[in-house]
Amino acid sequence: MTEHLPALIVVVPLLSAFLVFALGWVKRELCFPVGLCGLGVVAWACVGLLVQVLESGPVTYKLGGWEAPWGIVYVVDTLNGMVLAAVSLSAFIQWVWSAPSLLRQFPDRLGALYGLQMLFVTGLLGITVTGDAFNLYVLLEIASITAYALIAMGEERAALSSLNYVFMGTVGACFYLLGVGYLYIMTGTLNMADLARLLTGLHGSRAIQVAFLITMVGLWLKMAFFPLHGWLPNAYTHAPAALSGLIAPLMTKVMVYVMIRIDLHVFGPSYSFEKLGLDRAVVWLAVLAVVMSSVLALAQRDLKRMLTYVILMEVGYMVGGFWLGNRSGMTGAVLHLLNDVFMTLCAFLAVGNLLYRLQGCSFPELRGAFSKMPFTMGGLVATALSIVGVPPTCGFFSKWYLLLGALEAEHYGFLAALIFSSLVSMVLFFRVFEWAFFSSQHENAEKGHTGSSLQEAPAQMVVPLLLVAAGLIALGLFSGEIVSRIVEPAIPMAVS
Amino acid sequence: MEDALQLLIAKYNYWIYITLMMIGLYGVIAKNNLVKKIVGMSIFQTAIILFFVSMGMKKGATIPIVVHEEASHGVIRAVDYINPLPHVLMLTAIVVAVSTLGVALALAVRVYKKYGTLEEDEILEQIRKS
Repeated sequence: MTEHLPALIVVVPLLSAFLVFALGWVKRELCFPVGLCGLGVVAWACVGLLVQVLESGPVTYKLGGWEAPWGIVYVVDTLNGMVLAAVSLSAFIQWVWSAPSLLRQFPDRLGALYGLQMLFVTGLLGITVTGDAFNLYVLLEIASITAYALIAMGEERAALSSLNYVFMGTVGACFYLLGVGYLYIMTGTLNMADLARLLTGLHGSRAIQVAFLITMVGLWLKMAFFPLHGWLPNAYTHAPAALSGLIAPLMTKVMVYVMIRIDLHVFGPSYSFEKLGLDRAVVWLAVLAVVMSSVLALAQRDLKRMLTYVILMEVGYMVGGFWLGNRSGMTGAVLHLLNDVFMTLCAFLAVGNLLYRLQGCSFPELRGAFSKMPFTMGGLVATALSIVGVPPTCGFFSKWYLLLGALEAEHYGFLAALIFSSLVSMVLFFRVFEWAFFSSQHENAEKGHTGSSLQEAPAQMVVPLLLVAAGLIALGLFSGEIVSRIVEPAIPMAVS
Repeated sequence: MEDALQLLIAKYNYWIYITLMMIGLYGVIAKNNLVKKIVGMSIFQTAIILFFVSMGMKKGATIPIVVHEEASHGVIRAVDYINPLPHVLMLTAIVVAVSTLGVALALAVRVYKKYGTLEEDEILEQIRKS
């Protein structure tokens, strides 16, 4: 059984996606429990796989028994074992959490929605586990197409925002495919390990340079790295609250993982950072990304929209930290990848809970949220602390490594951007809390009653949020362990 | 001049795909009508499919089916057969392109139902007013 775990984590969600979709026609009540079982099995398989990798080294699985360069292989090392565990666990939590609000918002389309969500998770897990460059493209498009459809379920401008995402996302994926085509012409293989082996002899080639640049631009488009971020804020703001809890934490992070995988394990660190001499320029781009998205976040008057700019900021952190090219920066980027999945998850779960009870989440509408929904706001406070980077939440530790990396690389622009954005996020969240806390006090005093009644979201939505919030602190407390056992082995020895 | 001509003629498949790709990109970026943008996106994808298909081609080669008798006679020369892998990859890419096109058109229908127009500037105007 355990030797088939890598296949299970793609096959199980794929099959349960179709099962859930079919059940939507026959018996709608079964969609939720069946999907829950599916995701439970996946989460168990992913965590089991991570444990297996930690104990006995990387796992390779040949699909259909075909040998490596000809067939498709699934390779799990600590880097993607970590991402797999994070993706499957947060998908599981989101599945439990989203049920009440989906049931209320889309009672007649449950089967299709659950099926699409499951396919989205399939795509993401497949992207993470695959060791084949073309297979990655196909799974990337599975994840993206389902994301377009899920985002378009929202109201108002959702369809238009989703259409914009379709244009940008397709161009991004096509650029990636084109880069893979160049690599295939030069090497005649699509297997990542084989590519890495053959590329060492081709470092001087102009075609490989073009392939590298095109692939990177495609991936940056997909992860909404600053100048290519135009599609993200609208798409994530107008997506239904229950679904942005799935898409927002996972999509961009998995794309950052793909960038790390391609740079480190296909082109190799010496090519990506030294040969091309682009590293400093990319870090400066990341500085721009971090600074601009913090400034743009300041201009927002809506909590959900503000958080989409915070996502852009975090993408800037990860890309910048990774391209610093030294060990500390990369440790920071990989650790931040893990932390940011749960930080964003926590933030969007809290927003979903708020939207379940309130009309909207523009700042004036948040008035009195602390007294109405204390647990939800508690979760949001934990997220805020983590995003700002207050110990012992996990955000502090990854930011610490990023700062160390910036110092080591003597890249003071990135250092300044990190500090600036931390200060800005402090302002961002304190403003939200001011509206949610103090404003209600004034109003109540004026009206003359002592406090509004408790209107917390259902327990099925609050408990997952609090679990994730506790997870943020747990991740922080265990970050030393995570760095030494998972992140360190994930970074090649060649990186000093 | 000779070199440039050589580059133009010998690598004509690349020039065709680059031209098509740029036409597609122009459509996606510069066109105002959403359906025209979708058409541009489709051209963009097709350009890359053509690029992949053309790179599997070899001059004077035939379809990659190895008959058993032929194989038993002696060595099979790879030069005689077209590389089938890029073509097979593109089957998948075509399916992806079709589904993307389907989703995009469905979204365009929803946008039209909501705003009564497919011109982007008119839609943005409506959004600004509301």
